[in-house]
Amino acid sequence: MKNLLAVTAFTLLTVAFFAGFSNYGIPQIEPAPPPKEEKLDLGAMTMDQFVALGDRIFNGRGTCTLCHNAVGGRAPLLDRAAVVALERLADPRYQGEATDAESYLHESMVKPSAYVVAGFGKTGTNDTVSPMPDVSSGSIGLSEAEILAVIAYLQQIAGTDITVEIPTDAAEAAETAAAGEAEGEPRPPYKTPEEAISEFTCGACHKVGSEEGDVGPDLRKIGAKRDKEYLRRAILDPNAEVAKGFERDLMPTDYGVQMYAQELEMIVDYLAGLK
Amino acid sequence: MRQRHSGVAGRAVLVLVLAFVVVAALGAGAGPFAALTEAAAQTADAGAGEATGAAQANGGGAPVVVPPKLTAADYPRIAGVNGRVVVWLVAQLHLWFAAFVLAVPIFVFIIEAIGMRTRDRRYDDMAYEFIKVSITAYSLTAILGGLLTFSLVLFYPDLFRYLSSIFKESMFYYALLFFAESATLYVYYYGWQWLQGGFRKWVHLTLGLLLNAVGTVLMLLANAWVTFMMSPAGVDSAGVYSGDAWAAIHNFLWNPINLHRFVANIAFGGSIVGAYAAFKFLSATRAEEKAHYDWMGYTANFIAISALLPLPFAGYYLAAEIYAYSQQMGITLMGGIFAWLFIIQAVLIGTLFLAANYYLWCGMGRSEGAVRYNRYVKYLAIVIVAAFLVWFTPHTLVLTNEELKALGGPYHKYLGPLGIMPAKNTAVNVMILFTALSFLIYRRANKIATASWVRAGNAAQVALFASGILNIFFLGIYHGYFTNTVYKVAASIPQVLTTLIVIIASTVIDSLMYRRAREVAPLRWGRVPPRAQYALFLLAVAFTWLMGLMGYIRSGIRQHWHVVDIVRDNSPDAFTPTLGYAANVVSVGTILFMAMVLFVFWLSQVSGTKTHAAGYWKAEGA
Repeated sequence: MKNLLAVTAFTLLTVAFFAGFSNYGIPQIEPAPPPKEEKLDLGAMTMDQFVALGDRIFNGRGTCTLCHNAVGGRAPLLDRAAVVALERLADPRYQGEATDAESYLHESMVKPSAYVVAGFGKTGTNDTVSPMPDVSSGSIGLSEAEILAVIAYLQQIAGTDITVEIPTDAAEAAETAAAGEAEGEPRPPYKTPEEAISEFTCGACHKVGSEEGDVGPDLRKIGAKRDKEYLRRAILDPNAEVAKGFERDLMPTDYGVQMYAQELEMIVDYLAGLK
Repeated sequence: MRQRHSGVAGRAVLVLVLAFVVVAALGAGAGPFAALTEAAAQTADAGAGEATGAAQANGGGAPVVVPPKLTAADYPRIAGVNGRVVVWLVAQLHLWFAAFVLAVPIFVFIIEAIGMRTRDRRYDDMAYEFIKVSITAYSLTAILGGLLTFSLVLFYPDLFRYLSSIFKESMFYYALLFFAESATLYVYYYGWQWLQGGFRKWVHLTLGLLLNAVGTVLMLLANAWVTFMMSPAGVDSAGVYSGDAWAAIHNFLWNPINLHRFVANIAFGGSIVGAYAAFKFLSATRAEEKAHYDWMGYTANFIAISALLPLPFAGYYLAAEIYAYSQQMGITLMGGIFAWLFIIQAVLIGTLFLAANYYLWCGMGRSEGAVRYNRYVKYLAIVIVAAFLVWFTPHTLVLTNEELKALGGPYHKYLGPLGIMPAKNTAVNVMILFTALSFLIYRRANKIATASWVRAGNAAQVALFASGILNIFFLGIYHGYFTNTVYKVAASIPQVLTTLIVIIASTVIDSLMYRRAREVAPLRWGRVPPRAQYALFLLAVAFTWLMGLMGYIRSGIRQHWHVVDIVRDNSPDAFTPTLGYAANVVSVGTILFMAMVLFVFWLSQVSGTKTHAAGYWKAEGA
């Protein structure tokens, strides 16, 4: 029993030493709380406030300073990023589609490999692949307005003119709807139902044609069970009636905006014919 | 006749158990097992279909699992208990015991094989005693595993549903394998004295191999669930899983964790068994007992240190892979507040190396021949402490603005050129080399080499160590201070190779040189001071605390994500705690674990005690 007590006391003392060192031997830093998914009131924002928002994102939620700092040397410093942007665009190694500093900065955040500053590429890629993630996805997940705020902040700290405009809520929605379309030019309509189904990526979720998606109902014989009216409504308002065994809110609700009327009718006719 | 019947029955049971184990271990691809898997899958789907983030039937295809989007209301608060702390503690306790019971059979198998080869009964007895310790711990592992599942279901129901929908097959096989593991372990342990001699001993050793194979597969499966949360695979960018179970298991960080845990388990298991031997040594009253437990403690320490030496390399590989998977996660790991955790880790690793070396130096008192080497001990101690201090020097910290303000700048006030990684790599390699040197000196303590080439052999060893250390320093200094950032850690692999070459080559030379060595003085097992036993205890406590701390870091770098980038933690406990808070939880866990371990030791003590209750029982024949 004496030995049991002795080793118990020794164990407690050892643990107390480790706990004591951890509590009092090193600084107790309160880690930043998880970033909040805040709703931005863009309509009421001045440019100074917009730049301040960019500052907060750059130094906080965007986690930009984890790498872009003077200490670690893991990513280029960005204090002159808006100034050197034009030099980068003229560099033969540049692989992107930006035309000015603002679009370059935007591109460098969502497609970081378009231009990799020498010495900062992923190991073994000869500076062709950037280790930086796309800030609009994953754990950072910045919205378009937040990305623009960061650009405004970068332009300000570089001492250049701030060219970005504060997006209004409506403008942002329109921008989202038009995402993927070239420079505001209307796209030509798809000619065949197969092309339209492929372009609207229906097969990612449904079994249709040669596609094997399995998030949504199987459409290979949908015409035998559903009429055109049902199919049209299912595309334009997918939550109006959800097929048994499937969840609401999985199918995009904006096909009414994305599709031309003739494309919609072409797809409905095609699906109705699948028997 | 009666004996013969029991022998036949025993064999029949053995064959049945072996058949069960083999079928389960092979995965039971067909028949009743497959049907059961299907049934379990359907049950899981049916239950999960009602909630967000559930598995969905899709009209005949594989179920699609959609990740849940959680709010604070999705985390049950039960009787004011903090779910995170409960799951944290229970998971850690389960992991400690699991590591122990998975590690012990590995070295028991090796020791039993050595006993068979040398026909030295002492090895067999020691292996049996090792496995005896792990038997009680095995029950505790199972109880804690059940408690962990229960806690996850209670406090994180949606996350558990998402993960179990993805891993339902592997979870089912895990349960089957656990039965197989139990059956094999019990036959292995209870059949130890039965399966002795000739063919039976081979059968027993094969059971040991099977036990390790099943145990390793169990660990690999559980590791897949954990690493999926860090580096999810088999799901799309939104976290939708469409049925590729192997992709989810074989995620980016699975193998690095597998390797690291395998090696660390052996080191940890060795240290716990060392503590057992130390406890028994301190309690022993007879000289033979003390000699036995001294030898057992020495062997356990040898096992722990043998696994500890390559452990930093496995850890480095894991950290590099985390970095390769996500630079953001890598910097979170090595920068900000987590960098300070590595300062605590340095203290613990320093404690481990110093305790292990101190134990070896104390052990030199077992032979009078060791006095020849005593004068070197102080130099070994100085070098190891110096290397520890370099490792202890804080790394350059990458901080958020808030952290910068709290710290008063990006640098710790004592930060100097020794804070960077090449200096730490150099220090740890030197520490490992000098620990190996301590061991070589210990081996020579009671011997004089009689080989004709002793001088040449000694010279070769000195040259190996000297050139190795010079090379390690050159690589560290050149890459650390004369190249740019990208190449700073390029020295690590050649440094590791240098260390391994020096250790292996010098051990081979030493073994050959001392093959027919003359004994200067006998090695007297049991002649070791009690303080050496406390060094073994220190080793066990430091290992346990270190495992708890590193487990927190591994889990903590996910920050506010249950599954990185897929399932966000929106519970009130999503924040990263301060180091003091984390250290306190780890400390409470360590105390609970050590209390249970001491209980296991005490049980082994009382199980061998017989009380003669005079007059209590009726006299025979009365």
